[in-house]
Amino acid sequence: MFELLGIPPQVLFGQLLLGLINGSFYAVLSLGLAVIFGLLNIINFTHGAQYMLGAFGAWMLLNYLGVGYWWAVFIVPPIVGVTGIVLERVLIRRLYHLDHLYGLLLTFGLALIIVGFFRQFFGVSGLPYRPPPLLNGGYNLGFMYLPNSRAWVIVASLIVCLATWFIIEKTRLGAYLRAATENPTMVGAFGINVPLLVTLTYGFGVALAGFAGVLAAPIYAVNPNMGADLIIVVFAVVVIGGMGSILGSILTGFGLGLIEGLTRVFYPEGSAVVIFVIMALVLLVKPAGLFGRSV
Amino acid sequence: MKKMGFVLASTASLLMAGAAYATDVKIGVLNDRSGIYADIAGEGSVIAAQMAVEDFKATDKGINVSIVSADHQNKPDVGSNIARQWYDTENVDVIADVPTSSVALAVNEITKEKNKIFLASGPASSDLTGKACSPNTVHWTYDTWALANGTGSAMVAQGGDSWFFVTADYAFGHALERDTSAVVEASGGKVLGAVRHPFPGQDFSSFLLQAQGSGAKVVGLANAGGDTINAVKQASEFGITQGGQALAALLMFINDVHALGLEVAQGLVLTGAFYWDKDDQTREFSARFQERNAGQKPSMIEAGVYASVLHYLKAVEAVGDKDAAKVMAKMKEMPTEDPLFGKGTIRADGRKLHDMYLFRVKKPDQSKAPWDYFETVATIPADKAFRPLAEGGCSLVK
Repeated sequence: MFELLGIPPQVLFGQLLLGLINGSFYAVLSLGLAVIFGLLNIINFTHGAQYMLGAFGAWMLLNYLGVGYWWAVFIVPPIVGVTGIVLERVLIRRLYHLDHLYGLLLTFGLALIIVGFFRQFFGVSGLPYRPPPLLNGGYNLGFMYLPNSRAWVIVASLIVCLATWFIIEKTRLGAYLRAATENPTMVGAFGINVPLLVTLTYGFGVALAGFAGVLAAPIYAVNPNMGADLIIVVFAVVVIGGMGSILGSILTGFGLGLIEGLTRVFYPEGSAVVIFVIMALVLLVKPAGLFGRSV
Repeated sequence: MKKMGFVLASTASLLMAGAAYATDVKIGVLNDRSGIYADIAGEGSVIAAQMAVEDFKATDKGINVSIVSADHQNKPDVGSNIARQWYDTENVDVIADVPTSSVALAVNEITKEKNKIFLASGPASSDLTGKACSPNTVHWTYDTWALANGTGSAMVAQGGDSWFFVTADYAFGHALERDTSAVVEASGGKVLGAVRHPFPGQDFSSFLLQAQGSGAKVVGLANAGGDTINAVKQASEFGITQGGQALAALLMFINDVHALGLEVAQGLVLTGAFYWDKDDQTREFSARFQERNAGQKPSMIEAGVYASVLHYLKAVEAVGDKDAAKVMAKMKEMPTEDPLFGKGTIRADGRKLHDMYLFRVKKPDQSKAPWDYFETVATIPADKAFRPLAEGGCSLVK
């Protein structure tokens, strides 16, 4: 039986798989941020709160309306997306002509307000969310016990990430989007409704956050602070991947999940900072991020 | 004219008497008001302090109490700054509560330096009455030694003789792991390993997998609040208990059980100092408290804030002054008595002694009403519940 640095291979495989699962959350969340930044040039600090809204949305559907998890997967992301569209129409669009900093401050303030509102009503301990029967139980893979709920997270987020990548890189709509990112005035001159495109893109990015929130509801405590804890890490992921790079954010999300998973085996105390150490190193060597184009 | 002079003189003497006996006391409730410990302390602790002042009828007794509060965000630097500012410029006499042991240890030092009083209800580290003990601190509700002694011994007695710890990586988690390891080893058990997770954490799957792989019979969670909630939830997801390992939530509050739901939390054994449904007095207090605290029953920390503030006010009344040394001496000399913890005493090292309880979380079908969560498995008498005076290494004990 070989061992790697004193760690048996079963343990290592298990941790790598868990790393990938955590990476799925990073990937879906950083993908949303990258899409929004790519087109709107807005650093969306409300993303963590919108992720939390997704989890609370699933909880409310179940507890107030009796609507189960599988419906929530399809119903909640569009609803969260619509709340994003309202924010974009009413507030965020007024800042497009200003520096990034204004957008950042506005979205950060909005996040504080949304989280504070939920904290007032629901407290911080969180709410129990009963997972659907299909997600209970799991499989013994030999090297670890894989709960169905985690297997589902990795499958669902891979599908969503790939679909998003496909839409943006391979379809006509995606081509409009990319063109509008490069030169909105020119695209507008071709008769494309650029403001509408921008609004829908923001709504889509926010819906991705809501989707991640629904995925999280059966796994993590559904509480108002759940997004705030995660969003800082996700921003680091986006910076490492390169702001605005779609494929970069997906790959970096999964990759950093793996690295964080390994750190939890070799030096668990450092698992909260390892991503930031990598971010610092990447910024030193490639300031535009691993997949970003330097401007 | 003569009569008038008499009236004036007696009014003046009354006023003078009033001035001599009126004591202004300012209590600062310092805790987590927004983070993972905000539900077990937070605004609830402020409400508890206010209720203590009202129930004591402080104003009628010539003590004018004002209460201030602040959020230490679970950060020792933030907590220290607030404590210094309160003592130096805002004339705060007493700091109450302070969950998060790392912050409490800092406040403990500052309180000693400024010669004020610290009524610690929230923090767990037994170092507060051990090597960091202070003549200015009373540690009221519970501590890591008491938790380890309660839950640790109970688990070993049930056959859980090999342990693996999942520990929050700061002063509190370290103290709880240390004290529980000592109990486990003294009872003939073995500690197979431990993993320290960043505080606060969200995903515990890696750590739980390591605990699963260790083959230990008991997985001890040396963390609290939101960390414990997430860890218990994910332990159930990863089938820790179905796999034959027992889960020991070494510090668990009723609010955590409320957040987890009985489905997930049922069967957990935990040690606590207070349960709202213990007797008529605790039920009466808890009903009043619940009305003011957004429908939440009091946690043992909030109960401890109420009882410690009450005892402090009694001491101020008895001394007729708020001088820290005199009031502390009185607090330790007078036996304590309140509706929530019953009769008790405060030891030379600052440790408040009362009975502790071993609770088991009820099954969903045993629970008759919201917040009906615990059944009492055992009562640990006050003289057995806390670390013996001589073993703490406190310099105040000669």
